[in-house]
Amino acid sequence: MSAPVLSCHNLYKSYKGGKMVLNGFQCSLASGKIIGLLGPNGCGKSTLMKLICGLLVPDHGEIRVCGELQSEATNAMISYLPERTYCNNWMRVDELIDYFCDFYSDFDENAARRMLAELKIDTRMTLKTLSKGNKEKVQLVMVMARRARLYLLDEPIAGVDSAARDYILQTIIGNYNPEATIVITTHLIHDIEPILDEFAFMGEGGKIMLSGVADDVRAERGKSLDELFKEVFKCSVNS
Amino acid sequence: MAWNFNNREAMFLQIADHMRLEILNGVYAPDQQIPSVRQLAFTASVNPNTMQRALAQLEEEGLLYARGTVGRFVSSDPDVISAAKERMRQKTVRRWIREATALGISVDEMISYIQKEENEQ
Repeated sequence: MSAPVLSCHNLYKSYKGGKMVLNGFQCSLASGKIIGLLGPNGCGKSTLMKLICGLLVPDHGEIRVCGELQSEATNAMISYLPERTYCNNWMRVDELIDYFCDFYSDFDENAARRMLAELKIDTRMTLKTLSKGNKEKVQLVMVMARRARLYLLDEPIAGVDSAARDYILQTIIGNYNPEATIVITTHLIHDIEPILDEFAFMGEGGKIMLSGVADDVRAERGKSLDELFKEVFKCSVNS
Repeated sequence: MAWNFNNREAMFLQIADHMRLEILNGVYAPDQQIPSVRQLAFTASVNPNTMQRALAQLEEEGLLYARGTVGRFVSSDPDVISAAKERMRQKTVRRWIREATALGISVDEMISYIQKEENEQ
């Protein structure tokens, strides 16, 4: 069997003077999956993503992508959509495409241009003149047009209207590749439920409260992930 | 257009129901090839592996058959099609009974309500 796309072993991370964000986090993700990393604000989802792509350094523990230890080589295999935009507002969409072509050897320019054309986005426009929804879509298109092994999408559907949300979810499905795995964090569980293979509920300290194959758990419990999420995190507050 | 799902049953079974209904309604003709898993997943806005599981279910029932790597086709076997219709009928009637029971209505009462409703239309 080939190495998991992502494996985290005994991961610890704390911020200066602050609390322990990840307290011995473990996971192993196979390829060809769309995985939801679901948890309340501040549980460490974004921190975990930043650790995986090397933007933060763990206090302790090991991260491997496709069997290789976290490094520049693994960063080349990861396509990351951060929660906040990092694209320069003054850039035209065309320039952003050139930028991605220069930066990433796995960037598929034709795929990006096709998706942008479907969205009827004029690539001569500057980012700052695009609506918030369109800006989010452009960024997602750029990230999904890379032929990466691991996609990390941090809150890709927050803050856009429901039509844009549908487009984003369809773009994620449309770029499905059995060789790659997509990890999505969100608190909008209802919206992403149908596109998930597997899910994990992440609580305080990065603790996994419940995880599994989304469809199996739904059938077993007779409840949607959205309902289960409310149950699980209500309990953790009271206990 | 995304499909609607209930929480009582696995999603792949609900997708299979939806596809079964489309096949029986002639959206796809006998021996016609259905779209790829990727295309169907995209249209329904569902996970491709879940769609794959739904199609495997219909294949198991014989309503779909695979032709090598070309894709999946709709069965033209009349026995299979009538079995699928029977399955749909059974499922619908069971749902009615379950819903009527939840409302405290007996089966006899439900039959008379249905007849009354039909006469009025």
